[in-house]
Order: sequence, then C-alpha cells, then structure tokens
Amino acid sequence: MRLTMKHLFWLKVAIHSIAILPVAYLILLILSDQAGGDPVQFIIHYTGIGALNTLIVLLAISPIARKFKQGVLIQTRRVVGLYVFAYASLHIFAFISLDLLFEWSLLIEEVLKRPYILVGALAYIILFALSITSFKVIRRKMGKRWQQLHNLVYLVAILVPIHFYWSVKSEVIEPSIYILVTSSLLLIRLPLYKFYQTILANKFKSKSTS
Amino acid sequence: MHFKKRPSWDTLKSSDITPESVFNDRRNIIKALGLGAVGASIPGQVQAGIFDLFGENKPSVPFITSPLAFTVNTGFEVNEAKTPFEKVIRHNNFYEFGTDKSDPAENAQDFKVDPWTLVIDGEVDHPITLGLDDLTKMMALEERTYRLRCVEAWSMVIPWVGFPLASLLKKAGLTSKAKYVAFETLFDPEQMPGQKSRLMGGGIHYPYVEGLTIAEAMNDLSFLAVGLYGKSLPPQNGAPIRLVVPWKYGFKSIKSLVRIRVMDKRPPTSWNQLAPQEYGFYANVNPDVDHPRWSQASERRIGEGGLFSAKRIKTLPFNGYEEQVSGLYQGLNLTKNF
Repeated sequence: MRLTMKHLFWLKVAIHSIAILPVAYLILLILSDQAGGDPVQFIIHYTGIGALNTLIVLLAISPIARKFKQGVLIQTRRVVGLYVFAYASLHIFAFISLDLLFEWSLLIEEVLKRPYILVGALAYIILFALSITSFKVIRRKMGKRWQQLHNLVYLVAILVPIHFYWSVKSEVIEPSIYILVTSSLLLIRLPLYKFYQTILANKFKSKSTS
Repeated sequence: MHFKKRPSWDTLKSSDITPESVFNDRRNIIKALGLGAVGASIPGQVQAGIFDLFGENKPSVPFITSPLAFTVNTGFEVNEAKTPFEKVIRHNNFYEFGTDKSDPAENAQDFKVDPWTLVIDGEVDHPITLGLDDLTKMMALEERTYRLRCVEAWSMVIPWVGFPLASLLKKAGLTSKAKYVAFETLFDPEQMPGQKSRLMGGGIHYPYVEGLTIAEAMNDLSFLAVGLYGKSLPPQNGAPIRLVVPWKYGFKSIKSLVRIRVMDKRPPTSWNQLAPQEYGFYANVNPDVDHPRWSQASERRIGEGGLFSAKRIKTLPFNGYEEQVSGLYQGLNLTKNF
C-alpha cells in the first residue's frame, strides 16, 4: 500500500500518541512512587533514553521511505525531530532542576569537568538550532544554508551515543548497542555504500537478464 | 514398503529446539540485544504480560528478614535525616543482580542465605568458620548510623546493625605478617545472574573482591553489618553479612561476604582491576580529587520526601569522618593514592 497525503494526518496522530504516551507513563510512575528508590536518576535516564530512541526513529525514516517508496513519510521528519528536541529538553531540565537544583555555578563546573556533559550539551545546542529553524518560513528564507545546517543532525547522531557511553560507570552493553545502531543508520547513507549497492544491483540485473 | 507420512505439524528438527540454557537465559539475551531499552518504554503491566507469555514467574514473595537484638551505639549517630527504609532497599548497586539500581531489589528476593559460611583465614592464629546463626549470635550487635557516599555522587544515611570488624579479627588473632585484609563476595552464578556473563555483570571479574590495609580494618569505624533498620539485611543490601567502611566510596563496602583473608600483601580489588585510572585501592571520599569523568565536590542526598525534596550538599573529606581516620594516611599523597 502506498501512503498518500490523506494518510498523513493519521500518521501524525499516531506519532503524537506514541511520543506522548511514555511521558504520561513516566508521570504515572512518579505519582505512584514506582520510579525507583531514586526518582531523580530514574527520570534523567528515562528522558535521555527517550530522546535517543526518538533520534533513531528519526534517522530511520528516510531510508525506510526510500526503500519502500513511501515518500509521504519524509513529511513526518519534522514532527519526529521536534520530539527528539522535546525529550532532550526534558532530560536537561530534569538534570538542572532535580539533580543540580538550579545551582548554576555547579552547572558550569559540571559541564567543564564532565566531558560527557559537554558532548551532550553540544548535541543539545544543535538540536535547538534545528528546532527553531524548522518552520517553513525560515526554511524558505535560509535557502541552501538550511540543508547545510540540518545536516548537523548526523553530528548529533554521533555525539549522543558517545554521551551515553561515556556517562555510565561500566555497564557498556546498552550504550554499545546504541552506537552500533546509530552508526549503521549513518553508514547506509554514505555515498560509497550506495555506490556498492548499485553495482551489486546492476550485476544481479545483468545476470538475471542474460 | 509402507512409509508413514509425517504429520504437517511434525516438521521440527532437533536442531530447531531452543537449547535449555538459551531458553533459561532469554531475558538476558533480550537485554543484550538492546531490547531492554524497548522494554523499558513499555508499561510495567504490559511488560509483565509479555514476559508471562514466556512463562517467566517473578518472585511474588519478598525475601524474609527478621528482627535483631542490639543496643544503639550513641557514639555513631548522624545529625542528619536518615534515608527512608524503602529507598535504602530499592536503590542499590549490586551488579551480581544486574546493573540497574532497581535490578537488585527485583532479582535478589529468592537469594538463599541459609546455609551460609563465612571463613576468616590467612595470616591469623586461629582461622574461624562461621555459619548463618553465628553471624548474629557470636558477637554483641550494635546499631550505628553512618553516611554512605557512592562514587556516583549520591549519598544516604543508614542505620546499620552489626559489630566492628576489629573484634572479629582480634578473635582470630593477627600474625606478625598481617598487613592487609582481603574480602570476597559469594560466587554463585545460578543465584546471581550478573555473574553468568561478564557483560551482564558490568564487566566485573567475579567474584567481587575488596581490600583494606590492616590499620584501616582495625579502625573502629570499619563495621560488619548483618542488618539495617533493626532487621536482618535484605539480599539487595548484602545479606547475610557485609562490610561498611563509611569514609570510603560505597563500592569498598563489599556485600554478601564468604571470605575474609588476612594477607601479607595488597590484594586485588574489583573496581580497581576494571578501571585502575578511575578507581584506586584506597577510594577514600575526597571532594578535592575528582573522578576522571565527574566532579566529587558535591553529592545529592537521597533523603526523606518526594521528588522535589532532593538536596545537594557539599561532600566532606573522608565523608565527614576525618577526625577518626585521617591519622591512617599521614604522609600519604591522597591525590596520587586515590
């Protein structure tokens, strides 16, 4: 089935629901005292993973749209991207409010002392820039530079898993899997990879026709 | 000759059958595949439903603890609010039961402490072997409230029940070669899922081992706890017996002890083995020596109240026990010997 613009509305409804549901669930967990012995750490981790998972969905949209010839999916990238930003904002707000308790001097100290926070902060600044320039009017005004700026999402996809990997004490399995997944999503975009793919496809074609 | 036709459902080859070890380990395998992260975003009930399909039966009966007879040692009281019991037993680093803070409370409830054997040997005059009952009956038990500072920059205040490590070591009698004390946690991969695979257990080489100098071990603060909040220890907190050294980062306070060995040389210690540049042998709480990846200047106190009552406090040298222990380190460069 080919998705059309008619489906776009429902597609977006589904995206909003799926994206908001985990936040509602988190609130439920906190209110019912189910967010672990230390809810602060739980919330920071939960929202961070939320941002990372959403980022992976975002990076998967274009390859899926191309592979299955579902051009309409491309239209959902903005809303998914904004949810990456939303989860990242919750993550950082939880860190500043619940962990640092708004001690700004501590924030500066922590950012400088903890390289993984610096990496995360850099990724957040990029996400912020991408979000505020995601409006159509601005996009038009920016012309070619818009795409150049928005290609920085690939840098975010490199920085964020590093931020996660670097932050854990020793339990590296989960962050390693994220690094693997995001790097594969980046690798399949490389021109070299696409080049090999077309060669293989052509070979297969010529064999089957001969 | 007559061949019986195989029924359509009988198409499974023996190679198709999931090996029992894989079947039993399915949760860890799912976790390893990164689906843990997917699972984490699924509501608990739904998740329980999914795992019910696999026939996973979660322990419904929590581990049974029993009240202890003890006196309160007023010499070790902390003038700060205690961390509520519910938080002390739900926020634990005990990688033998999983690396998430909530894993030990979830996975350790079926832990068996009866029978238990704790051996005290090495450079001692009379090696001692203690059974489960001996742990609470051989020594007079006392309650001491200590601050606990995790190397991850969070902290608690916990009333422990137990006895000084020194009194046990004195009972065994130290030889003239006694320089260090080595500690060892139970090794039982059947009961401790984190020990089954190095990756599941956070990369630590099990059994978990720790160590102290003999002077540190004989210091009055060094405590062997058999209970907290007046009752015997829950497994996630190190049942049936654990070390508590409150002036050091929490990972030094080794849990579920099976062996205390007095030695003439420094024993290996688990976190130091795993990442020597990040975790030293001494691991004294020190606000002036940062972890290579984060600051140790302050800590978040896990105390009373809900989410919005969190407190961030300055970390004190030796976790506030400078008076009692600073004499142990005279002439030692604490930045180098972190």
